Amino acid sequence: MNSINSLSQGFAVQADVVRADTVQVVQEASGLFSWTWLLIALPLVGAAVLLLGGRRLDRTGHLIGSAAAIGSFVVAVALFIALLGESGGERSYLVPLWEWFNAGGYEVRVDLLLDQLSMAFVLLITGVGSLIHIYSIGYMEHDERRRRFFGYLNLFVASMLLLVLAADYLILFIGWEGVGLASYLLIGFWQHKPSAAVAAKKAFVVNRVGDMGMVLAIASMLVVFGSSSFEVVFAGAGSGVTTGWLNAIGLLLLLAACGKSAQFPLQSWLLDAMEGPTPVSALIHAATMVTAGVYLVVRSAAIYDLAPEARTAVVVIGAITLLMGAIIGCAKDDIKKALAGSTMSQIGYMMLAAGLGPAGYAFAIFHLITHGFFKANLFLGAGSVMHGMNDEVDMRRFGALRAAMPVTFATFALGYLAIIGLPPFAGFFSKDKIIEAAFAENILIGICALLGAGITAFYMTRVMLLTFFTSKRWADDAHPHESPRVMTWPLIGLGALSVAGGAGLLYIGGGIVDWLEPVTGEEHHDLPLPLALLIALTLTTVVAGVALAWFMYQRRPVPAVAPAGNPLVTAARRDLYGDAVNEAVLMRPGQYLTRSLVYVESRGVDGAVLGAANAVGGLSSRWRRWQTGFVRSYALTMLAGAGLVVIAMLLVRLP
Amino acid sequence: MNPTSYLVLATLLFTIGAAGVLLRRNALVAFMSVELMLNAANLAFVTFARMHGNLDGQIVAFFVMVIAAAEVVVGLAIIVMIFRTRRSASVDDASLLKL
Amino acid sequence: MTFPWLTTLIAVPALGAALTALVPAGRGRLAKQVAIAFSLVTLAVAIAVIAQFELGGDRYQLAEQHVWIEPLGIHWALGVDGIGVALIALTAVATPIVALAMWPEAEAERRDPKPFFALLLLVEGMILAAFLAKDLLLFYIVFEAMLIPLYFMIGMYGGPQRRYAALKFLLYNLFGGLVMLAAVIGIYVQSVDAGNPSFLLTDLMALDIGADAQRWMFLGFMLAFAIKAPLWPFHTWLPDAAAEATPSNAAFLSGVADKVGTFGMIALAVPLFPVAARDFAPVIVVLAVISIVYGALLAIGQTDMKRLIGYTSISHFGFIVLGIFALTDRGATGATFYMVNHGLSTIALFVVVGFLISRRNSRLVADYGGLQKPAPKLAGVFLFAGLSGLALPPLATFLSEFLVIAGTFERYRAAAVIATGGIVLAALYILWLYQRTMTGPVRDDAAGTRDLGRREIAVVAPLIALILAIGIFPRTVVDVIDDGVGPTLAEVEVDVPPPLVTVNDLVEGNDQ
Repeated sequence: MNSINSLSQGFAVQADVVRADTVQVVQEASGLFSWTWLLIALPLVGAAVLLLGGRRLDRTGHLIGSAAAIGSFVVAVALFIALLGESGGERSYLVPLWEWFNAGGYEVRVDLLLDQLSMAFVLLITGVGSLIHIYSIGYMEHDERRRRFFGYLNLFVASMLLLVLAADYLILFIGWEGVGLASYLLIGFWQHKPSAAVAAKKAFVVNRVGDMGMVLAIASMLVVFGSSSFEVVFAGAGSGVTTGWLNAIGLLLLLAACGKSAQFPLQSWLLDAMEGPTPVSALIHAATMVTAGVYLVVRSAAIYDLAPEARTAVVVIGAITLLMGAIIGCAKDDIKKALAGSTMSQIGYMMLAAGLGPAGYAFAIFHLITHGFFKANLFLGAGSVMHGMNDEVDMRRFGALRAAMPVTFATFALGYLAIIGLPPFAGFFSKDKIIEAAFAENILIGICALLGAGITAFYMTRVMLLTFFTSKRWADDAHPHESPRVMTWPLIGLGALSVAGGAGLLYIGGGIVDWLEPVTGEEHHDLPLPLALLIALTLTTVVAGVALAWFMYQRRPVPAVAPAGNPLVTAARRDLYGDAVNEAVLMRPGQYLTRSLVYVESRGVDGAVLGAANAVGGLSSRWRRWQTGFVRSYALTMLAGAGLVVIAMLLVRLP
Repeated sequence: MNPTSYLVLATLLFTIGAAGVLLRRNALVAFMSVELMLNAANLAFVTFARMHGNLDGQIVAFFVMVIAAAEVVVGLAIIVMIFRTRRSASVDDASLLKL
Repeated sequence: MTFPWLTTLIAVPALGAALTALVPAGRGRLAKQVAIAFSLVTLAVAIAVIAQFELGGDRYQLAEQHVWIEPLGIHWALGVDGIGVALIALTAVATPIVALAMWPEAEAERRDPKPFFALLLLVEGMILAAFLAKDLLLFYIVFEAMLIPLYFMIGMYGGPQRRYAALKFLLYNLFGGLVMLAAVIGIYVQSVDAGNPSFLLTDLMALDIGADAQRWMFLGFMLAFAIKAPLWPFHTWLPDAAAEATPSNAAFLSGVADKVGTFGMIALAVPLFPVAARDFAPVIVVLAVISIVYGALLAIGQTDMKRLIGYTSISHFGFIVLGIFALTDRGATGATFYMVNHGLSTIALFVVVGFLISRRNSRLVADYGGLQKPAPKLAGVFLFAGLSGLALPPLATFLSEFLVIAGTFERYRAAAVIATGGIVLAALYILWLYQRTMTGPVRDDAAGTRDLGRREIAVVAPLIALILAIGIFPRTVVDVIDDGVGPTLAEVEVDVPPPLVTVNDLVEGNDQ
């Protein structure tokens, strides 16, 4: 097929220009690979059935939803095994579906691209997604709208898969908005709570600000390349496009990524998003959707490789968010919000790594996947705690829960050890690689990353201690109990992944870095200090963070009401004034503008028209007085008029 | 005889008629004044016809007479109707259409 | 002679209007049935017309041309191009839906529903004639004549201020129309001067008109069209009309009837006066961008749901006009595509709001809240219509909005960037409306709110299906529109810079 030929040439060109050592060939999918669409179709059909099926599916809805997700996971595993059977440079398949449209020479096809990068995401999404589906069966058991919940979850999985499988930025954008919609529906799932509805709207609107970046980035691609397909854009990026354009596209994509991944300055929605049910927080706002920004940056490697300023911006944003999220995480008493701050911070790590270019892309994805494991684990653990504690989220009302919930405690502890980065748990391998790469790039960035690791250790220890250790501070009616099996089994699965995921991904069969290399490229910088020293430094920082938390929370009694803190603590409790800034800079002026425009509309624009109408009306009622109704006065006017005519004729001397 | 004298007469008659229309309130008098004006015009037409030596003016004069007759029929009828219903022939009293 | 399909397409609704009007008084139900039957027949004829349309064929297909007034060069000339196909499809689909939605509203009005249905069909016929007319005077006649039935439709049915709204609608549009008449006469005089008095569009487009004359006439046309498809600052009649008319009538007005204005811009004003269109494009782009932002901000500030949707329409019309006057292939295709999608999406929004109003008898946002619980289906379709209004992919509106932005970005970068801000504001006004009406605790007096009934589902289901289907498989529609937009833009002769990099060159270059 001709188009496929030129496509493979396109990718070959890209590799030639960007990374001379690898040539990735894109092949047309055949055999098993041509069934890739099933990945998306299964959860999509699941969503359609559940949402349109009506009440008669209330009893079986959760099973249908889970089956769709698991089915998709099975397909993913089959595809993965098939990909493993190919040699390294031939693991990229294009699955043509249909032509979406062709407007004025701009052609967009609905094609799926299954390569190493999307495969990694597909496994994460369907795997963690399936576990969370199963967990939700128990968690949402008493909710009368459980069927609908599973419908939304399936919709999310389908959109997220479309996002990572798309072979064109415009198709990616469909998935991008689809996950946004699912996120909106699920954050606001308990719509009767005004706070949930407001949080959902906020998430959507803030994401739309990011979407502006996406729309304009695609529009720029059209101007520069005349197309938005990965094939053309990546091939074209290395062929004499000015750096200015590439930087512009890179920054616009970064704006989009900031929205979806809750990076500074669009971070404010993520903490509010915790209004959604906890499985949602685990799946969407920790493991998968919020990492879409990282995916976008890594996928656009061909652009960022040649756009140094845009890459620097990615690193800076990553570093800022990494510290911001960590600081916020330290001060929150709401367990889910503490974890949300942590998510922001960890995604900051990934962004930072992605901004380092080929040296960091693979590590960004590596950390993304291990983070998907342990953060989902932590959130589901938090959900399990809340389940046993009457939906209490305030950690000052927890304490000493390890005896009441042994399984939850054990799995949560594994996730905890993974996130603070102790060897040999998953986070150690992935985070350490990022810190290494950061030091190799720039010592300042490296220090930020190191500092982040220390703060992470502090706040996670705090969460751990306040929840499972210290003294009982339970509410009077709390009777903590272990969650049912349907909830603990996914926890155990994710706990196991938190333990083994890191080393496994890094070392088995060449590891994830080799696996991703054809897509992301590879690059090594020399470290400014010996590796062993750096690892020791990192571990020392982590231990220091843990120790500090131990002294602050385990050795002292925990007050049931948060004590007033220093200005930094107050600021962190208030999300570092992110909302306050938004309110002062955008919302208030916006409201004022809207109100004044409504006034301008009625008095100004409409007023001008109505004023003109009134003026005409007034004038005519004046002029009406000339019509006295006396025949004689009309006759006089006629006489005068006739006289004027005669005079005029005499003046011009008509013959 | 000098035709100019006829024109002067016509002007005088027209002026009297116009003044009558403008100044008198009685509908009948105003109506007669209108007739006077029409006949002044007729006189001028006939004079002009004589002066220019063709018959166009005379023809127009006949037209005017016919129209004046028609007008008298309709106008007098209206005046009589108004007088019957309102017991007045004053033009100022008929003001039903006035706002 | 071949069968006169296009004349039939106009005649069927006109005949339907006459028959509906002849239904004896007091037989309201029969009048509705007759009207809906005829609107369905019209739809069938429209489908037949569309099926005969050939991509890449003549510019105006199924053409009919009969001399009407020979000395003046006036013809009964009809023809259809890609743009026309898209818009007659919208009109033919929308009318039965509007008629069906009006059914219960008419009962609530306590007024004989017969005139509404007769007038609706009459307007449908006129709108179809406007889309099909290939004679300028014929277009002008239907363009102006449709004001009269619309005036009665707004003035007879609707809210307490309906007379005011109807009068405002009529005066605004009449004013624009009269200015346009001067321009119509102006261009006719040009054709007389050229020795071939004719109102045929093909003849007029072939004229070589001086730049100054073009500018004046273009302004005359644009004023009429900018009032009809309300462009800031000529828009203030629309919110009043939208708020006061019955919901289905408001849907028809802004969803279908106003498209005649944008159609006039792309199919008449631009190709007839290419020089002037090029000259004035920057000014109109600025007005369009103002419309987008201004309409959206005012929508946020509204307290009346129907008025709010009226302002969203102003914002969306801004997008359509922006796409047309970007004068790029993508922009104009996107704009025309947007006309269709905005029609479907606005009708869906108005109709759903109509359902709400029929339940609680209030147009104010503040009188609603928490309806999601007692009426989940209603909330679902409301959200769907809203999402379509905020152009969420893959709903139909998304692609058209994106094409407009991308097409504008090729030529007017700043305008495109500001217009993109419209997508944030759109999210804000739609989701805030949804939040205030549907979410939150259930109000005591709303607990028993009825969910959607069968007939209501029958009204929205086709809309939802179409919005989804066109969004997922837009190819055919885009191809048809592109086919009509191409020759139209060719008249303007502006070139868009080609992409900076083309991949074919690149691949060849690397092969060496």
